[in-house]
Amino acid sequence: MSGYWAGILAILAINIIFAYGIFITAAAGQLNLGGAGFMAIGAHAAAVLGEQLGWTPAQTVPAAVAITACVGIAIAFPVLRTRGVYMVLATFAFAQVVTGVILTQPALGGAMGLVVTEYVDLPVLLLAAAGTTLLAFWLMATRFGLALRALHDDELVSTLMGVPARAMQVGAFAIGAGLTGLAGGLYAHHFSFVEAQYFNPLLSIYVLLFVLIGGTQTAWGPLVGATFFTLVPELLRVGGSWRYVVFGAIIVAMMMFRPEGIVTRSLVDRLFSRRRPAPDAG
Amino acid sequence: MSASVSSRHPLLTSIGVALAGIAAVALLAVLPGGSTLAQQVVSGLMLGGIYVAVAVAFTLTIGVLNFLNFTIPTLFMLTGMVAWGLSRWGLPFGLSPGLHWAPALLGGVAVAILASLIVERFTFRYLKTRHGDATEHAIPLVSSLGFLLIFEHLVLIFLGSEAQSFPVRFRLDLHLGPLVVGLPQLASLLLSLGVVFWLSWLLQSTRTGRALRSIAESPDTATLLGVEVARIVPIVFLLSGLLCGVAGALFVVNYSDVSPFMGEHVGTKAIAGMVLGGLGSIWGAIAGGLLVGLLETLGIHFFGGDAAQVAVWGVLLAVLILRPQGLFGASRIGKGKL
Repeated sequence: MSGYWAGILAILAINIIFAYGIFITAAAGQLNLGGAGFMAIGAHAAAVLGEQLGWTPAQTVPAAVAITACVGIAIAFPVLRTRGVYMVLATFAFAQVVTGVILTQPALGGAMGLVVTEYVDLPVLLLAAAGTTLLAFWLMATRFGLALRALHDDELVSTLMGVPARAMQVGAFAIGAGLTGLAGGLYAHHFSFVEAQYFNPLLSIYVLLFVLIGGTQTAWGPLVGATFFTLVPELLRVGGSWRYVVFGAIIVAMMMFRPEGIVTRSLVDRLFSRRRPAPDAG
Repeated sequence: MSASVSSRHPLLTSIGVALAGIAAVALLAVLPGGSTLAQQVVSGLMLGGIYVAVAVAFTLTIGVLNFLNFTIPTLFMLTGMVAWGLSRWGLPFGLSPGLHWAPALLGGVAVAILASLIVERFTFRYLKTRHGDATEHAIPLVSSLGFLLIFEHLVLIFLGSEAQSFPVRFRLDLHLGPLVVGLPQLASLLLSLGVVFWLSWLLQSTRTGRALRSIAESPDTATLLGVEVARIVPIVFLLSGLLCGVAGALFVVNYSDVSPFMGEHVGTKAIAGMVLGGLGSIWGAIAGGLLVGLLETLGIHFFGGDAAQVAVWGVLLAVLILRPQGLFGASRIGKGKL
């Protein structure tokens, strides 16, 4: 395998994990536009623990997941009071605060960034991505996943049916933050360098696009969305800067003709289920 | 919750606030050592004038359509870059030599309005296809992100990725005692506020304004009462394109440089201003935009750039969580705004 494709596969694996982190929140009907902030926490936690305390990646990555999940829980309670456009803006502001704090603290790398010496190779990333994908499919098949889907479709009715909305949403937010931290930790160890400038608003925007274009109704969405978004720009590479124009046009067209995302529940039913597909709820 | 005073007599209140502000700056200027600070306050307000126009564009689309339009910063950038291109190379296909800066800026504004209407054509008309779940409000938001990519990279392809100097040759400084106030800056603050006052009058006193406010309250009821929603919605995009264009043109006149990335900084600050003032409130966006300009200039003066960023976004996060209706307003999305 050439180095070029190895590089693309590594980015693809990290993007898939990152996308599932945002997807778990979106599956509960909440949009997180602060993905880059959570990933920055994971990446910098892994970097600082590895360099300052000499931990191995086997210790720093789980620690990064735990730290990011804890931050997720802490921020979930206030942030989940907001909804709709307000939640999008609040998570966006949160990510800006995180990168701003990292930029002003030399111990966290400041504007210079941190070098990470311990290297994690591609097979580990692919295994982690596969594991995350399986975890997401399993989660969506449990009662917890059912509750998330109910909240996604109609929060009021599911609350009336006895779904504890707040607990489920905080849980989803924390799990999502943990996965984002995993993506950040692996990113730090694979690319051997972290800097706050990488975790910019555009990264948060892209990962939310992965999830929304892929579709939030089933666990297939982030996998398809992240793969689509990582590979299409590469395939369009011949076109130079035009590829982003084409890419933007694809996004606009997707929202016009298939706003639910590429993969929907009825599509999955049609492809994989013997039972007659449910009439498309539209 | 106490209703904001400004919603009753906005014009009188704002004149009062402006007079109080001028008095405060004048007082500061005569104090020993206060003149640097007063100068910072003046520049902060001038910068805030640009944020006001962009923040009002944001708040208008959110207020009427509940749509966070991410192309707004790009429209701002488009004005500056297109105007620069027109003044450097003239009309496309060699129709004319490089234009004078004034028609070039007008051309930039026209392109921003046109781009905004294109966004409307391809994002908002299709919102009728509702699929009824919690993330459907993200559909136009995602489309607008697609348009952001398109516009930004078209500019990069045709106009390059370099920051360009675009000197506008009228420099006149007003010397008020120790203070230096650029005449173009003062004019642009007044023009920016003038456009916003006109918009406010339009919303309050015209037939179109009433239609817009009725859509803001409830699109379904507005349709039932005979408002042609499909005809009125493009007006929102026309107005937000105009506001971004005016802001972009004023930015060029004041700072004399343009770049394909100038929208990001102004856009995030305008969002901050809108949130501080309360989403969907025009008077809030004016106050918030000026406040952010002031906080930014003073923050950089006292603490440096990165710390100022943390402060602005930290305050913003706290406001969103603790007072989602904004610092001053009592309004919320869909009810009693504009």
